[in-house]
Amino acid sequence: MSLLKITKLGAALLASIVLPFAVSAQQPQSQQGSAQPATQPAPAQQPPPAEKAAVAPNRNAPMESHIGKYSGHSAAGRQLYFRYCWGCHGFRGDGNGENAPYLNILPRNFVAATFKCRSTPTGTLPLDQDLYNSLERGLNNSNMPSWITLTSQNRADLIAFIKTFSPRWQTEKAGDPINVPAEPALTLQSIKHGQELFQKLECWKCHGQEGRGDGPSASTLTDSNDQPIRPYNFTTGSRFKCGVTNRDLYKIFLTGVDGTPMPSFGDVVKPEEAWDLVHYLRTLQVNKKSPELALWMSTSEGAAIVSAQKIRGTPTGAGINQ
Amino acid sequence: MSLLLKAAVKEKFFGFASCLPFGALAFVFLFANVRSASALPAFARKYGMPCSSCHEAWPKLSPFGQAFKDNGYQMGNDRDAPIFQNPAYWPVTFRITPNWHRESQDRTLVDGPNGFLTTEGQVTIHGFDWSGLDFHTAGTLAKNFSFYVLPSSDNTASFHFESVWARVDNILGSSWLNIKLGKFELDNLLSEKRILTITNVAGVYANYHFQPLVSPGSLAAPGAVTESYTFGIGDNQVGLEYMGHSKNDRTRVSASLLSSQDGQPGLPNGRGYSGFFTASQAFQLGSLGVQRVGAFAYIGNMPTYFQFTQNGVGVPGTGIGNKSFYRDGLIGMWYIKKLDITTMYFHGWDNAFLGSNTPSTSPLPTDANGAPARAPTWNGALIETHYNFNPQLILINRYEAIRMSRQVFATNPGNFGNEDVLTFGWRYYPFISSRAGFAFHNEYAIMRRREASPVTAQDLTTSSLLAGFDFDF
Repeated sequence: MSLLKITKLGAALLASIVLPFAVSAQQPQSQQGSAQPATQPAPAQQPPPAEKAAVAPNRNAPMESHIGKYSGHSAAGRQLYFRYCWGCHGFRGDGNGENAPYLNILPRNFVAATFKCRSTPTGTLPLDQDLYNSLERGLNNSNMPSWITLTSQNRADLIAFIKTFSPRWQTEKAGDPINVPAEPALTLQSIKHGQELFQKLECWKCHGQEGRGDGPSASTLTDSNDQPIRPYNFTTGSRFKCGVTNRDLYKIFLTGVDGTPMPSFGDVVKPEEAWDLVHYLRTLQVNKKSPELALWMSTSEGAAIVSAQKIRGTPTGAGINQ
Repeated sequence: MSLLLKAAVKEKFFGFASCLPFGALAFVFLFANVRSASALPAFARKYGMPCSSCHEAWPKLSPFGQAFKDNGYQMGNDRDAPIFQNPAYWPVTFRITPNWHRESQDRTLVDGPNGFLTTEGQVTIHGFDWSGLDFHTAGTLAKNFSFYVLPSSDNTASFHFESVWARVDNILGSSWLNIKLGKFELDNLLSEKRILTITNVAGVYANYHFQPLVSPGSLAAPGAVTESYTFGIGDNQVGLEYMGHSKNDRTRVSASLLSSQDGQPGLPNGRGYSGFFTASQAFQLGSLGVQRVGAFAYIGNMPTYFQFTQNGVGVPGTGIGNKSFYRDGLIGMWYIKKLDITTMYFHGWDNAFLGSNTPSTSPLPTDANGAPARAPTWNGALIETHYNFNPQLILINRYEAIRMSRQVFATNPGNFGNEDVLTFGWRYYPFISSRAGFAFHNEYAIMRRREASPVTAQDLTTSSLLAGFDFDF
């Protein structure tokens, strides 16, 4: 190739490089700053006044997370956050990402540092492990997917960065995890007692007598963002928002789901009663095989109830296919 | 076998032979117009996630995006079915790239003093242009029922279907049981449909489309067959695919049964079937990230002549005399912080009848020493490096090499048809959103094919330079 050709080629290549950069200088830098595009819809929900008044977190203060053998670092997590998370949770972590107005369960507001899935008492900060589990599992029936494809180190780093959004992480420690005693043996008596507790504790007011999430109070419920929220529908769900196991269900019951109307029953029921309720709630999952459901259906009463509930399942994708 | 039949065979199966005089330059110009890649803001709009979630740099998938694809375009949060979407949601994306580009090829076959197409000259063109257009529509029909339909056009708006498939996902609740039927991209670990380079030279992987030349200097040896059947492992194929993966997508396997049509509609070839198999395993390597290694094999066959002709033209679908070929290879995808490197070893083998473009009912052609044509074999290597400054800026470099290890004719030069392709470029995404994508794309690529010029049998060099606005919505 002659020198002249190389020169021409070089000039063309240079032009191809310089021109786009010149144009790009006119474009909004959506990631680096906090400025929102002019066309972005107004946020559906402003942060509560208490959150506005909160002390601005020192975003430069490095945070760490500790999950088993993994130690997360906020500097590394920042890069991941601005690749994966900001679209919903926002540049400031306040849950006002560009997509938030279109979600009917608003993204978590990390500034408020109120988390649904915890192993710690209501009102306290969760363990790093709790946040790690949420990242790994995703939050069912919300737009939050499972991030199990990220490495464990990635998830630990992300958690460290999430903690930089709220000053609570700088002034408070995570709560002490609740004690989860060993699950007692499953008996019909346990299920029946759980059924009684379901009435006594008035779970039915929100979740409905059949666990369909259609109790008399259901239509009035709102979450901490003042958004309407529907109680969990046991009959169609195969997973809970904070896990799939009986142990997860026990923890949900005892810790409550902060930011939602679901309270903590930690001070109301004894551990063995909580397990009874867990066993009964499993029987409401009429489309999911479980030992509890099998035992319940072995009785004429249980079989009749489950049979009636199954008939009411819908094949639309929201019903029995789920 | 009659001459007419031979002509029909050539016309149908070896159609490129008649086009070879315009050879590589035509190849170069055509490929730019059939680029079809996958990056779907329709998914970003559905789930509200920025494109950087699923794409390392679109259209290249990140591990999270790969898992999303493997799950049947589902997040798995029980909101994947269309029933959870606004009824107005319509899962359509289009992509096109207005650009300026320069193409150059030395030793192009042109008219000369001795007549038409008798000499070689350097042809260089440049100017403003645009690419073909892709209309992607994909998503879920219901939970665990996904689909993909991709009408794709060249830059004259002449459309064809690049992809048409439906998939049943997570059968019996297992991520190891997924069945896809239709026309689809093979489960290539290094996806050509998500290639980051888009010039005419580097818009496809050379290894995926390489087919050995038969003998040097087609005009110097009148009558010699110079082009083989048409097949590319990067081409979308028609068939049935089984695919399975672990929950976290670290382990992936797939097996496909394919019609031997190279993705063409209407069963124009014969009644043969081919198979494609892949397996890969990802693992976390310390703090570096997830690394992946895998292997693939395509075991195929193609007919060599038509059983019937009509007026000398082969009756579509009646191709017989199948002969086999295979491609296999190993792939490693290495992530080192912001740097990722993909390496590939590739091996190919063609039956002697396919390699020499000879109907199986005819004797194999012979070389100057009277030795019959042999089954050609070759090896290839690829190393592609990306440096991700951040989700908005990526630098790209790729080198591909293909080396013949056995020529069709023993008298061919040992390096005849060897290829080297070098590419570098960058893409800058001025905004990242969950609604649309836009990239400033700049790229230069150069390819050299040894002793492949049509008259003088010297090295053939082709280059592409492109600067464009690559966008989708």
